[in-house]
Amino acid sequence: MVLNLLVFILAASGVIQVKDIPNDDGSRLKIEYRLPESVFDSAFLYRIQGNKKILIHKVANSSGVVIDEGLNYKKTYKYTLVVYSDTLKKTYESLMVKPKASWFDTSQFPLFIVVLLYTGLLLFYIQHARSGKSLYLRPIAGLQAVDEAVGRATEMGRPILYVPGLSSISDVATIAALNILSHVTKKAGEYETKILVPVRDPVVYTIAREIVKESYYSIGRPDLYNENDVFFATDSQFGYAAHVSGTMVREKTATNFFMGMFWAESLILSETGASTGAIQIAGTDAVTQLPFFIVTCDYTLMGEELYAASAYLSKEPLLTATLKGQDAMKVIILLVVGALSILNLFGVHITLGLF
Amino acid sequence: MKDFFIKLASLNRTVIYLIITIGVLLPLVVPLNLGQKMSPPTEHLYTFIDTLPKGSHILISADYDPSTLPELQPMLEAIIKHAILRGVIPMVMSLYPQGTGLGIQACEKAKETLGARPDTDYVILGYKPGFSAVILGIGEDIKKIFPTNYSGIPLDSIPAARGVKNYNNIALVISLSGSSTPLAWVTYAYTKYNQKLATGVTAVSAADFYPYLQTGQFIGALMGMKGAAEYEYQVNKLLEKRGYEKAKSVFAVRGMEANSIAHFLIMLFIIIGNLGYFLTKKRREA
Amino acid sequence: MLQKKIPLAIVFIFGVISILQYFVPHPLSQAYYDTMLKWMIGVGSMAIFLALVSFIRHHQVRLKKKEHAPYSAVALLSFLFMTLVGFIGGMGPGSVFQKMFYYVQAPLQATMFSLLSYYMASASYRAFRAKSFEATLLLITAFIVMFSVTTFGNYVPGVPKALEWIMAVPNMASKRGIAIGVSLGSIATSLKIILGIERNWLGG
Repeated sequence: MVLNLLVFILAASGVIQVKDIPNDDGSRLKIEYRLPESVFDSAFLYRIQGNKKILIHKVANSSGVVIDEGLNYKKTYKYTLVVYSDTLKKTYESLMVKPKASWFDTSQFPLFIVVLLYTGLLLFYIQHARSGKSLYLRPIAGLQAVDEAVGRATEMGRPILYVPGLSSISDVATIAALNILSHVTKKAGEYETKILVPVRDPVVYTIAREIVKESYYSIGRPDLYNENDVFFATDSQFGYAAHVSGTMVREKTATNFFMGMFWAESLILSETGASTGAIQIAGTDAVTQLPFFIVTCDYTLMGEELYAASAYLSKEPLLTATLKGQDAMKVIILLVVGALSILNLFGVHITLGLF
Repeated sequence: MKDFFIKLASLNRTVIYLIITIGVLLPLVVPLNLGQKMSPPTEHLYTFIDTLPKGSHILISADYDPSTLPELQPMLEAIIKHAILRGVIPMVMSLYPQGTGLGIQACEKAKETLGARPDTDYVILGYKPGFSAVILGIGEDIKKIFPTNYSGIPLDSIPAARGVKNYNNIALVISLSGSSTPLAWVTYAYTKYNQKLATGVTAVSAADFYPYLQTGQFIGALMGMKGAAEYEYQVNKLLEKRGYEKAKSVFAVRGMEANSIAHFLIMLFIIIGNLGYFLTKKRREA
Repeated sequence: MLQKKIPLAIVFIFGVISILQYFVPHPLSQAYYDTMLKWMIGVGSMAIFLALVSFIRHHQVRLKKKEHAPYSAVALLSFLFMTLVGFIGGMGPGSVFQKMFYYVQAPLQATMFSLLSYYMASASYRAFRAKSFEATLLLITAFIVMFSVTTFGNYVPGVPKALEWIMAVPNMASKRGIAIGVSLGSIATSLKIILGIERNWLGG
């Protein structure tokens, strides 16, 4: 059958156009083809890679676009399109093309500008704080109550329970919770009150342990550190909830802190704490869990208040300065959202290339 | 009478727990046989699968573990049964290691009750780690991610998987999850490949998914036990029509009855609590 | 002093590179990212070992205390049993390990999860009081949502629509407001750590 075919090879005829895809790692090429014949029996697009000929697409229409993936930006590629019709076999070839690996994703440029703007704002306010000007921080009840909560545990001679959330260290809420742990430990150390820190994530456990140890060292009381007070409970979500609930009931903790990321177990933890009569302070950025904490805890840090806690508790000017930066960025976002919404009402749709 | 309400307003926790236990147990022991009218998100999903051409493929991702099984497993079972009855081929995968076993269990049920044949009427793909890589990979070539089915048979030689290369050949992807995994499907499968998506989620996380329904990123959704019960009830009606009485399941329907009673009890407790609060306040003022 | 300066320098260098990496699609940037992920997995695996030591030591100490002993004994025995079963019989389909998982651990987890129903009842009984105008508004909204998620909700005209509106408009608006604050806060926290301004994670 093949012997009966008339074979044509049409090199660089412009039937196949191969283009580099911008803003990628050089692993893709875009192949556009437009066949002169509108009717054919079958057609196949091949990638020529050295001596190898690899089928990448079975062509059904006379024109189309194919994205070839898994390429190497250091190599050069050529494509051929083989078309069979009746007794004819035509082969169209493309030019040699090398995919380019980009050093900057220009599609992310608007986001890059926003990152620069926000970083710039934060740095500006940090610099401002370095000049010694003090900043006003609105009172946050939950944070004002930290001293009182620690003091209460001391008066009652019972331990404090600190839960640094259930998420991993890659969650910023966990980092914020660990920052607060340092403050609470120092405060507890000053009053010589025991602090229990059950942890769910192994990496968070090792960090929490070091934080508690270092905090005791920093107030000159390394003797207060007991390695069994910071411990890995279990990595099972509800197993952890069972363990912490049991600890609250048996140890009769006077003060419970729930800081960081929480999921469905939040109510199990805080309601058990409420039933034992402990004073409870929670803080989370998990919006769906906030209502549960609000109804069962004495104080709740909502969303960003959790991140502001470290700055608030330390009163460190450089830390508080970043809060001012956040507020400035929020004002900018509000203005942009407001302006774009108004424009949208008039039929002008702008997305700033951010979505 | 006043004193009675004031006393009621300071009910002990134990009494509340006891009443809730009875309220939940009662419909499980004595079925109430309430109907289940479909809510719009459930109806959209049901109609979509119902009107798919025979031989279409849907990809169901069981992205959950046993802790959320009571709400999500009935959804999986009902969707699989529905698809098989309509001649649509469900391909079951998971982004959670523990989801694979749950997917197999649901398919086994369809095999036992409907006589569905593995690899002909349904395909079990199994688990693959890495959320984004898997979701994006299916968009390029499903065989690169799942070269074989769960039992190790190459996808090429499975009759039910023939013709499925990527999302172009998958009519709908349904992610059943107790976490935010469906959003990963939105980010990668919908945004990049314009893949049609639906989801089934636990009631506690349902609030997060309503905006995606509004924007059309999910064509339909099953919200918690309620969604599961509505879908199960609808599939039961279809099973009855086709003469598969034994394949009917009432797990979610019964669960929803218990759920409804629990909700009414909570509403009642809130009313009592408020009555007591107002009467105590009045007394104090007097 | 050096004990603190070295971690701060490591955090600064890798923090800045990781931010830039997001904007660079070049394979070298991808290779850096993959290497970091492998390191994370490696460090995480070592942490699991430390965590297990902590788990055993914690319960070992508690065995000596009367009020904790029964619970710690159960924890240690279960841990030992599952480890042995996994080593001896494997963890594949049909193994004892898997059966223990499906028929012991899964129901235990589901039981803890279902406790929520009790806790939700008692919490809402105590907390949902119409003390002010806002609280009354919240109470009415809660009633509409609770009623609409029952079986009867779909039979009352307008209720499913009301639920969708509550979820998609006021609920979502407040959620997004919080989300914007959270995002800015988390970026600021990350930046404070990268720049070495926030040092509490080093113990202050």
